[in-house]
Amino acid sequence: MDARRWILPEGIEEILPEEAARIEALRRRLLDRFRAWGYELVIPPFVEHLETLLTGVGHALEPHTLKLTDPLSGRILGIRPDMTPQAARIEARRLRREGPVRLCYLGTVLRARPEWPGGTRSPLQVGAELYGHAGAEADLEVLLLMLETLAETGVREVHVDLGHVGIFRALARRAGLDAESEATLFEALQRKALPELRELIAGLEAGGEARALAAIEALAGLHGGPEVLEEARRALAGLGDEVEEALGRLMRLVEGLARHGRREPVHVDLAELRGYRYHTGVVFGAFVPGHGQDVARGGRYDDIGAAFGRARPATGFSADLRMLACLAEEAGASGPAPAGGILAPFGDDPALLAEVRARRARGERVVWALPGQPDDPAACGCDRMLVREGGAWVVKEAGGTGGQGSSA
Amino acid sequence: MSEPLTIAVSKGRILEEALPLLARAGIVPREDPARSRRLVLETSRPDVRLLVIRAADVPTYVRHGAAELGIAGRDVLLEQGSEGLYVPLDLGIARCRMMVAGRPGAEIPRRRLRVATKYVNVTRRHYAAKGEQVEIIKLYGSMELAPLVGLADRIVDLVDTGRTLAANGLAPLEHIADISSRLVVNRAAMKVRNAAVRALVAELERAVTADAPAAEGAAHG
Repeated sequence: MDARRWILPEGIEEILPEEAARIEALRRRLLDRFRAWGYELVIPPFVEHLETLLTGVGHALEPHTLKLTDPLSGRILGIRPDMTPQAARIEARRLRREGPVRLCYLGTVLRARPEWPGGTRSPLQVGAELYGHAGAEADLEVLLLMLETLAETGVREVHVDLGHVGIFRALARRAGLDAESEATLFEALQRKALPELRELIAGLEAGGEARALAAIEALAGLHGGPEVLEEARRALAGLGDEVEEALGRLMRLVEGLARHGRREPVHVDLAELRGYRYHTGVVFGAFVPGHGQDVARGGRYDDIGAAFGRARPATGFSADLRMLACLAEEAGASGPAPAGGILAPFGDDPALLAEVRARRARGERVVWALPGQPDDPAACGCDRMLVREGGAWVVKEAGGTGGQGSSA
Repeated sequence: MSEPLTIAVSKGRILEEALPLLARAGIVPREDPARSRRLVLETSRPDVRLLVIRAADVPTYVRHGAAELGIAGRDVLLEQGSEGLYVPLDLGIARCRMMVAGRPGAEIPRRRLRVATKYVNVTRRHYAAKGEQVEIIKLYGSMELAPLVGLADRIVDLVDTGRTLAANGLAPLEHIADISSRLVVNRAAMKVRNAAVRALVAELERAVTADAPAAEGAAHG
């Protein structure tokens, strides 16, 4: 047969039983954990009108979105590349509750291109969002939940990365940069491309404070342990309340992590602006040695609901469940135990039917041996068999010499 | 001691010019990389090893984290993008220019211009910025040949002395970018092994500054 027929599109994977079982086990544990923290599960739709999907902050997602035409309405639909804006829409348009709202979600997203060569285009995005509270306490809660999520995988070494996009924003405003120069500087800063940054800044006519421009260059070097925050306080002194406030908030996060007994090493990076167009405050990520990119990420994005008519403070994180399951496997965390099971001969003896029903009701795995099927329990993933002994149906070890009836 | 840091570097001109720079930072490969068949080379420093790969592969290896650092030409970074990488240092080596070249005085064809290059993305961006519609032909080497045999009207390529162009009856027409080798760093490595990576970047920076007058001279030569 032509092999091309069953080749999947690039970056699209199917998940086979063994991995699927591991992912599903982790999924249940994570959703339970989120529930224990008060996060309610929502299930946003897989496709939406493109317009809705890209409203407001979603615009940055346009190049990542796969589109199709809806034959019912003739309108363009988009397949979600990220569930964060969807959850924000649900919060703003459908729930409209007062006070903090905690939502979590899990589902497949589709990206037009992988994030890095060889990467997936259809991550199983899992995330949690906290709306309605603008304080550092909410950021801390979400950050702690992200770390607990990672701890659930059993991964031993996690590094926390903290940044704050408000610092660059405030400096860019103070320096009087137009949108284009801001975008160019942002791009160079994001890559810590010091040579280019210096060249760009030298060539810029500062409409505002020259000191603010110099400070933008300094941001590229402000990364390292939490002591960087002290260094930043000195380097960025007198550059406005927003900068002060941002540094203060990062400091409170560092202290908060310690107070909650988190021992993960913390790295502060004031030039970390990932998701800049989307985020408005603290940004954070988690790195694991041996992985070239972050394994979970999040931050504050207060304006996201505005486009849906309800600007609410918001902070959240997300990760790819498949990546998390992969971390769990690397950490040697035992996946679900091999199910085993009982092979039952196909028949209509009421005693047999009752026995099978009773065992299944107790959560045991009982598989019918269909007529004509070779009598091999292992082929069905079973380690025991139901056999008739005297008048009763009893369970025997498969392949054993028999006689050790086990009804356990 | 923790795992050594790996620097990915490509054979050829970049390696030749990087070796003296690395030597000033105390990094000398234990065997001659030009002769060795080994792709991973131990160095005089137990905390640093070299990975010798193709130039265009350096960003991929570093982005993936197979090497924490790399030495990549700006041409490769412009072509591939540097998403997920840090580019903190201009090493000032392997300097040249990326240019449009063609036969001087050749008639401009009435059809769309055909441009041969291995830098497809850079070329597309360059002509798009000028608002000019061109056909791009991807080649893997010996670009100078394309206008001679009528395969293309222009080429986009790296120009060093311009002698290869001249020898093939071509002349540089437009300047696209100044090229030199850049130090690239994996994002995760910069965060997870910040102290070690920053120390190495700083050492290489000192090695570059020590060398700056000579490099300036070469750029104008």
